Amino acid sequence: MAGRVSLAGTFLRVGALNELQYRVNFFLSLVQSVVAVGTALVVLALVFSHTDSLGGWSSDELLVIMGVYVLMGGLIRSVIQPNMQQLMDDVQEGTLDYVLTKPADAQLLVSVRRFGLWQTVDIVVGLLLVAVALVRLDEPVSLWSVLAFVLALVLGGLDIYCFWLILTTSAFSVIRVDFLVELFDGMYQAGRWPVTIYPGWLRIGFTFLVPLAFAVTVPASALTGRLSGWLLLGAVAFTVGLLTLTRWVWRQGLRRYSGASA
Amino acid sequence: MTTVREPRRRLQGLPGLYAVTMRTAVQVQFQYRTANYAYMIGMIAEPVIYLVVWSTVARSQGGAVEGITVGEFAAYYIVWTLVRNMNIVFTPYGWEGRIRQGQLSGMLVRPVHPIHYDLAYFAGWKFVVILLWLPIAAVLALIFRPTFDISPLEIGVFLIAIWGAYLIRSMLLWALGMVTFWTTRVSALYEIYFTAELLLSGRLLPLALLPAWAVTVADVLPFKYTFGYPIEVIAGDLSTRELFVGLGMQALWVALGALLVAVVWRFGVRRYSAVGN
Repeated sequence: MAGRVSLAGTFLRVGALNELQYRVNFFLSLVQSVVAVGTALVVLALVFSHTDSLGGWSSDELLVIMGVYVLMGGLIRSVIQPNMQQLMDDVQEGTLDYVLTKPADAQLLVSVRRFGLWQTVDIVVGLLLVAVALVRLDEPVSLWSVLAFVLALVLGGLDIYCFWLILTTSAFSVIRVDFLVELFDGMYQAGRWPVTIYPGWLRIGFTFLVPLAFAVTVPASALTGRLSGWLLLGAVAFTVGLLTLTRWVWRQGLRRYSGASA
Repeated sequence: MTTVREPRRRLQGLPGLYAVTMRTAVQVQFQYRTANYAYMIGMIAEPVIYLVVWSTVARSQGGAVEGITVGEFAAYYIVWTLVRNMNIVFTPYGWEGRIRQGQLSGMLVRPVHPIHYDLAYFAGWKFVVILLWLPIAAVLALIFRPTFDISPLEIGVFLIAIWGAYLIRSMLLWALGMVTFWTTRVSALYEIYFTAELLLSGRLLPLALLPAWAVTVADVLPFKYTFGYPIEVIAGDLSTRELFVGLGMQALWVALGALLVAVVWRFGVRRYSAVGN
């Protein structure tokens, strides 16, 4: 286990060093982040100029959701998506061989090879939004709810990772999966709003198929006093189940991979 | 020896160019129908989210916001999906490739202005898109139960207005893309442009929901005529006068856009020197 952690740490450091060569990209990420958050704030203001609450959430509470959404988006774009895109390319070009021949767990390797340093700007911006929202809400935040928030965030991140890896693994049999990125980006947008506002079938989809509920709504619930211990326990159980399923799907996928002759 | 059959009388000049390019686009894009479909389905998420949010607001306000009912929101965002597809034109981000890789050189030696190829190609593509869109619209209508109140006149105006929207957006994005002749650091500029467009076109929300001052701003900008206006022709209740004023404004913006393209092209192309190829 310690070996795995240090392996991931090494990749992270190399990835960060690599990105430090392109410092202008930092400002690009910053501009993008500011424009995106500005737009989202305008949308929030527009919605709340016509109503006081959306599905039981006040505007400041929705700001918490938005912060978590931006934060999780930064996590996806810095850690998850670059690795998955690299994996898709490798499968298509047969270069995955180089990963499979290395003496470490292949799933771990394909999950930590890339790191988008500048995309972490969104993580910081998201945290700032959450902090601003909490100050505006002006309600005491207990230690328990902060711990629950961090745990829910980790679980949500793992869920999104599993979802991506399962999708990407389909590249072993379908090859052309570029549109998956588009599809996911479109659906991730839905996470800006509490999943409870979506009609039944969509809500179920955004909870279990695309785990937006666990990634955004549940962590935000922890900070706004909506999260019961049972729900958090459910999130743990769901994540453990999903991780196991992902491991199985990954192994099945590897069997189909036929290598560099592609 | 094989004899080459004399082709039948073909369209000549620009109409001929359009006919051939559009036919090619239809054939090429129809080959990629699965990819096209996946792309279109991915695009549905955006309006569905807006629709759910505004329906929730409408319900909490007793069934309507600013007089727009849940069913009317559904109608708005379903027509949205078609208008959004009509809005897809050659992307300004594509200009970097055209200039850096020298693709423009090939276009320059042809005897017509290069914009005609883009206009014709994307117009041809639209026919495939519209065909693929019909089942998507049917499914969305079954799920979200829109309320429509459509007259034959509105259908007629709509069929013109979606092409007006296509032309305006083609011109504006062409002009915007040509900024690349001067600098390649354009992404911040584009980002701001697209954000303004998102908020003031009717893409994000029906313009009636904006504060009064923003409605005034939207009226004098072209964005509304590429998005909100065509949608409202069929999903809103515009008076006959408003229908035709809208078409007039579209014509005006097409003309202004064409002028802008002509001027920017004239100065921009002087700065062009092909790299590569």
